[in-house]
Amino acid sequence: MLDVDQRTPPLLVHEGEGFRLESFPLGTRVVYPPETLPGLRDVDAAIASALDHPHNSEPLRALLRPGMRLTIAFDDLSLPLPPMRPPDIRGRVIEQVLTLAAEAGVDDVVLIAANALHRRMTGPEIRRIVGERVYRSFWPDALYNHDAEDPGNLLHIGLTDMGEDVEINRRAAESDLLVYVNINLVAMDGGHKSVPVGLASYNSLRHHHNSATMVHSRSFMDPEHSALHSSATRMGRLLARHVKIFTIETTLNNQTFPASMPFLVKREWEWSLRDQAMAYAMSRGLPLLPSPARRKIFRDLVADYGVTGVHAGETEAAHQRTLAAVHRQQLVEVNGQSDVLVLGLPYLCPYNVNSVMNPILATCLGLGYLFNMYRGRPLVRQGGALILYHPVPWEFSQVHHPSYVDFFEEVLAESTDPATIEAKFEKQYATDPWYIHLYRTSHAYHGVHPFYMWYWGAHALDHLDEVVWVGGDRRACARMGFRSATTLHDALEMVSGAVGTSPSITYLHSPPHAISDVR
Amino acid sequence: MSARALEMYRSVPRYLAARALSARLPSLGAVSAAPLRLVDRPDPRPPGPGWGTVRPRLAGICGSDLATVTGRSSFYFSPLVSLPFVPGHEVVGTLQDDLEDLPAGTRVVLDPVLSCLVRGVAPCAGCAAGQPGRCDRVTVGHICPGLQTGYCADTGGGWSRAFVAHRSQLHPVPDDLDDKRAVLVEPLACAVRAALRTLAESGDRVLVVGAGAVGLLTVLALREFTTAGQVLVVAKHRHQAELAARFGASEIVTPKEALGGVRRATRAIRLDPDWGPPYLLGGVDVAIDCAGTSASLETALRTTRAGGRVVLAGLPATGTSVDLTPLWYRELTLAGTYASGHARVNGHREREFVLAMDLARRAPLDAVLSAVYPLEQWRDALDTALGAGRLGAVKVAFDLAGWGKR
Repeated sequence: MLDVDQRTPPLLVHEGEGFRLESFPLGTRVVYPPETLPGLRDVDAAIASALDHPHNSEPLRALLRPGMRLTIAFDDLSLPLPPMRPPDIRGRVIEQVLTLAAEAGVDDVVLIAANALHRRMTGPEIRRIVGERVYRSFWPDALYNHDAEDPGNLLHIGLTDMGEDVEINRRAAESDLLVYVNINLVAMDGGHKSVPVGLASYNSLRHHHNSATMVHSRSFMDPEHSALHSSATRMGRLLARHVKIFTIETTLNNQTFPASMPFLVKREWEWSLRDQAMAYAMSRGLPLLPSPARRKIFRDLVADYGVTGVHAGETEAAHQRTLAAVHRQQLVEVNGQSDVLVLGLPYLCPYNVNSVMNPILATCLGLGYLFNMYRGRPLVRQGGALILYHPVPWEFSQVHHPSYVDFFEEVLAESTDPATIEAKFEKQYATDPWYIHLYRTSHAYHGVHPFYMWYWGAHALDHLDEVVWVGGDRRACARMGFRSATTLHDALEMVSGAVGTSPSITYLHSPPHAISDVR
Repeated sequence: MSARALEMYRSVPRYLAARALSARLPSLGAVSAAPLRLVDRPDPRPPGPGWGTVRPRLAGICGSDLATVTGRSSFYFSPLVSLPFVPGHEVVGTLQDDLEDLPAGTRVVLDPVLSCLVRGVAPCAGCAAGQPGRCDRVTVGHICPGLQTGYCADTGGGWSRAFVAHRSQLHPVPDDLDDKRAVLVEPLACAVRAALRTLAESGDRVLVVGAGAVGLLTVLALREFTTAGQVLVVAKHRHQAELAARFGASEIVTPKEALGGVRRATRAIRLDPDWGPPYLLGGVDVAIDCAGTSASLETALRTTRAGGRVVLAGLPATGTSVDLTPLWYRELTLAGTYASGHARVNGHREREFVLAMDLARRAPLDAVLSAVYPLEQWRDALDTALGAGRLGAVKVAFDLAGWGKR
């Protein structure tokens, strides 16, 4: 935590494929992520130990036997962000699981990427996660993307006591053992959000991925107070009665950027002369580069994460420890809310890996993910203002986000209210044959996905009176019902009607990730 | 008696200049170069009994007039016109002398087709069937060749102080139909025919490509005379979109969004070929091309479902080049629509011009006639008409009776 005073240097603020050094008004409260925790020294030993000493479960080797059907599901490329420098922790876990399976004489092994309604990953993207050896041995027949639109490969398990359909991948559901390997980057991930979400169909997902659930998830980064997680938990418990699930969860530290760019994870007053020079040069130089060159620089970034924990066993028991590890790294105590919250949005969110951050994803990142990085109360008061830094370019990937284009041009032109668009348009998009075709055969997000992204911001939209984008494309912002400003001072003036001319301001200096525990 | 008129005359250099400029400077350049002049010329003389002189009150500028003036219409028409002629076939005027059952002073609108009956020859198959627009005798008879008034050297045309017309071409205007609406009756009759030529059945989804006067009036006619379901309109400009909505369009999209809009509305599959524009498998039941460009026809062909129908309502521009593969592969029916005739509506055989006259009295047409100019400002008038969409206009007309000053 820092209160900006006259000696405070300009602070680094992310804004898409670039960042700026911004001078904040005196008195601005800056919430920094906690110090980076050290990573485990021997990750492979930690994995082996977790598999041998799981929580509330027999050791993995005791669950394996010849002739059984073993399915290993794993998180897709939406985690972690940015991608981690190889070898990916999921690949290391999967290697050990496969070794144990081989030792036990298990022949029927299938690996499934739990991409739910996310886009199918390409071969190289999957190889990056599972590693070369696994990829060569299993791809593509026994290593593939989950297909949420393949009726023949889905199994309806039943209804929860709240009437929610539980329908997941048939191979996973009919296995003798389902091993799930995740990366628990933030508190939202993991637990029962893994299998019942990652391997589900639209029929099942619609019960918790909707505007009402998201408004009542306060926040969805705090599973105990999240309607989304409550629903997923009901589904997960029902599933656990039908299929044996062995969960393996991993946590990472806050080393979110390459070690070669230390200024991106340090606090400004800790910057060395080299850091200062690098920050200044990049903040000034990046805007001068042509867009493709700039994009390549960012797409090539890999994080030198350290692995802080590996927890395995029964889903809830393992996840409890995983959450504690995430909080150990990310939780920051904050006293009270402010009138204005300022967020700098980086170039990447879970849904534009190797792709374009379109305006809907920028909104999802700001009003969804970062706004919800709290426990207790939001960092900004009810009726307050949110100021976001991002260029919000009117740009879409036709390959990855075809339904986003139509959502932006058709749906948002008619309404920006999550409940209204859900009632009027969701089913049409979710069942559109072309979107389904592209989801199944190309690399497109499902037709309904932009709706989910918009629902992700439902709580923030409900909570805030003003949302202003600094540096945002005016037309794109206006289409989404927002305003844009050229500078922070202009933005503050624009929101003064809601928060007055001397508002209290909090700047959440993220990434790296920080969960504010607002008292 | 002599009367002032805008005359289209034969001049190969001017024609070529206008044609060349129309591609680059369709507004100012092409109009200046066009073989068109303001002249005082003798009043045309009625060629025989059954003909009378009409003094125009308002005369509209049609897309076909603009194509002719700027050299963008096809040479196909060259045997069907006789130079010099006075353009103008969308006319409301005043009859100067008693003509059969019509007393002098009657306000009339013109049905411009110069068919067998007008030409004093035995009816051809088209005319006999009540479809004078299909007349095979537009080059013979006792007047010069000319498919319509406004393209014939003998009759004069609407862009003048006087022209002659056969009784069968004239329709008295009811008192409750003012000139601003009456001048729209002829294009509205064409729109009625276009709508009926779609053969749209109940609930059919129809795409109207283009929202100039032809497109907008076609939307109106579709809603009035068919039971089409969704009517999607491709409109380039905001005022066109607003009018299309007022006339009954279900959804309006920009040209860029056309394929996407149709795809969403019809839940079709979009395919992207290795080269060339994307197309749909599935799509609307009927598409009406009201713009007459290669792009608009391409849009129509690529967004119509297999077995569907594509109607050409806009005059195709010269040099139109379109990949007809969808026509073949999707087994589409391509239909033209020209002028007006008779059609069966609700089980009754009706004259489309009469239907249009009735519709003109009821429809919300007030914003359609956007600007009127005296004949002397013909360059400004044509400039405005050529840039109508961009300038927020729909229909531009000449005021031949000081109408705008009253």
